[in-house]
Amino acid sequence: MPELTYLEALRQGLLEEMDRDENVFILGEDIGAYGGAFKVTEGFLDRYGAQRVIDTPISEAAIVGAAAGAAHMGLRPVAEMQFIDFISCAYDMLTNYVATARYRAGLATPIVVRGPSGGYVRGGPFHSQNPEAAFLHTPGLKIVCPATARDAKGLIKSAIRDDDPVLYFEHKFLYRRIKEDLPDDEEILTPIGKARVAREGSDLTVITWSAMVYKALEAAERLEEEDGLSTEVLDLRTLLPMDDEAILASVRKTNRVLIAHEDTRTGGVAGEITARINNDAFEFLDAPVKRVAAHDVPLPYAPTLEDFVLPQTDDLVAAARWLAAY
Amino acid sequence: MASSDTVSSPPALPSGLSAEQLLELYYYMRLTRSLEERLVALHRQSKVVGSLFRSLGQEACAVGSAYALDRTRGDMLSPLIRNLGSMLVQGATPAEVLRQYMAKADGPTRGRDLNIHYGTPERGFIGQISHLGDMVPVLAGIALSFKMRQQDAVALVYVGDGAMSTGTFHEGINFAAVQRLPLVVIAENNGYAFSTPTRRQSAVKHLADKAAAYGIPCVRADGNDVLAVYDVSRDSLDHARAGQGVTLVELETYRRKGHAEHDDQSYVPAGELAEWEARDPIDRYTHRLIETGWSSAEALAGVDQRVAEELDAAVAEVEPEPMPDTAAVLDDVLSTPAASPREWYRRQDA
Repeated sequence: MPELTYLEALRQGLLEEMDRDENVFILGEDIGAYGGAFKVTEGFLDRYGAQRVIDTPISEAAIVGAAAGAAHMGLRPVAEMQFIDFISCAYDMLTNYVATARYRAGLATPIVVRGPSGGYVRGGPFHSQNPEAAFLHTPGLKIVCPATARDAKGLIKSAIRDDDPVLYFEHKFLYRRIKEDLPDDEEILTPIGKARVAREGSDLTVITWSAMVYKALEAAERLEEEDGLSTEVLDLRTLLPMDDEAILASVRKTNRVLIAHEDTRTGGVAGEITARINNDAFEFLDAPVKRVAAHDVPLPYAPTLEDFVLPQTDDLVAAARWLAAY
Repeated sequence: MASSDTVSSPPALPSGLSAEQLLELYYYMRLTRSLEERLVALHRQSKVVGSLFRSLGQEACAVGSAYALDRTRGDMLSPLIRNLGSMLVQGATPAEVLRQYMAKADGPTRGRDLNIHYGTPERGFIGQISHLGDMVPVLAGIALSFKMRQQDAVALVYVGDGAMSTGTFHEGINFAAVQRLPLVVIAENNGYAFSTPTRRQSAVKHLADKAAAYGIPCVRADGNDVLAVYDVSRDSLDHARAGQGVTLVELETYRRKGHAEHDDQSYVPAGELAEWEARDPIDRYTHRLIETGWSSAEALAGVDQRVAEELDAAVAEVEPEPMPDTAAVLDDVLSTPAASPREWYRRQDA
């Protein structure tokens, strides 16, 4: 079985879908001749031609708007944001136009908007963001955040086939840092809306997604070795629609919950998850739901500053110990 | 030699149109105006439950341009709020417009959206949203689909003097220009965006001058002359259909009502309304049709009568219809019922 990086798996998923369905095309900044800022689409221009691999002006609203129009006509566009930080330039188009189209006007808008998100890469305030909370509040969108190479491939394929607009937030820290054996002959279609138990446990649950899954797994190892605690790690994979069943099943099992996300704390996704747990499983809790998130500041550049602001494994371990002792 | 005066031949017709087509242009302008007048009456009775937007004096812009589309080839448009007439040309019916404004259960959006925000590609028009300029990239995307599939259809999108100040207008027309997409952008300069006059929206002398920034051709026409509008629109559509890319068409017209029914136009200088009333597009076209002999007062009166009867019937049909019940209000946020918020609320209730 070939060993693929997260980036290669994403790329393979795109290739498979473009080979399978001629309605799939990609558009974005520098994705053609240059192959994308991170080379996700390197070679695509030669393989599919300029009709299906469209280099655009620096115009995120036009990229998303044109994708929406083409999707109304039955095409399956995949729009790249060069860095996901720039998706805010298309916020109006996504939230006002794309997300409302089906509900208000019966217009199908099967687009995928993807791009490199996340920090730990010394990217500074504008090349490190995690924009999921800004869109979680918008009915009509789906949001996926793959943590593994398998899901990077399986979720891009499912997103392209999905009849709704899907925001696909890939984590740039993971691009070339993780590898996985993925069989050539297997059609990997990770279901949208289904979480994954990344590690089984019985004493507490860490609910997380994307690159933070690895910090949660590291923390779980340490808690096992140093404290004898059995930690379950739930990788949500999809944030919209959220897998309530998986969350509640784990809460009922471990009775203690830590939610960890890389995005800033206030108004972050952890608040929404906490409200759902309170509503549906309050009586199963043996401790308050705890969260670990980035401090509420724009993400700074210097390694000393970035490492302080972003959640680290030590932060997860400390929070888990607090929960276990409660 | 016999004098031509003695020969009883029909007068030469303009713009390559038949006598029936000339009458049809009149019909759509009259239908637009009369339908809006019915909506005003219903609005005053609170039966139109939201805001009402008029296109009084601008009917030639919407009707003349949409009439130049080729419906057999799948041409598509997206209107702005004063382009009701363009939708009627593409097949929107007065009854459904009434249903939409009156928030009826069987309206095109089942009470979910308002005024003329509706349409699907199959019908040849898709509805705008309130965020001005956003439909330019969307129609560019529709034009992109025509190009990718080698269809000879063209997309037409309307903007106004206000929408042309937005970022999405700029991004959309620039993208379409770079891609040489089959798109026509109609810029309807009606003098005001809400209360702000065009000179406070843009510093250019003419809105069409903005085309230079995108490397595309532009043309200006008298927006109150329906045949002039038709001619420039048809030429621009032909240009796009021939693979020559985007054209920016500026139609000079005037908004004779306020932004919406609640707007008293207190900001309009004295005399301006009367000046433009004298250039009313329907009156001008009526005189021209009769003076040239292309049509007759009797024929036009017949159209007026037909419009009145159609609207009587539509209002009578729609007025008693119910507003939507809430059974489906949580549906269709996403394509899959299981993913709809309905499941969440059901579970909370349980």
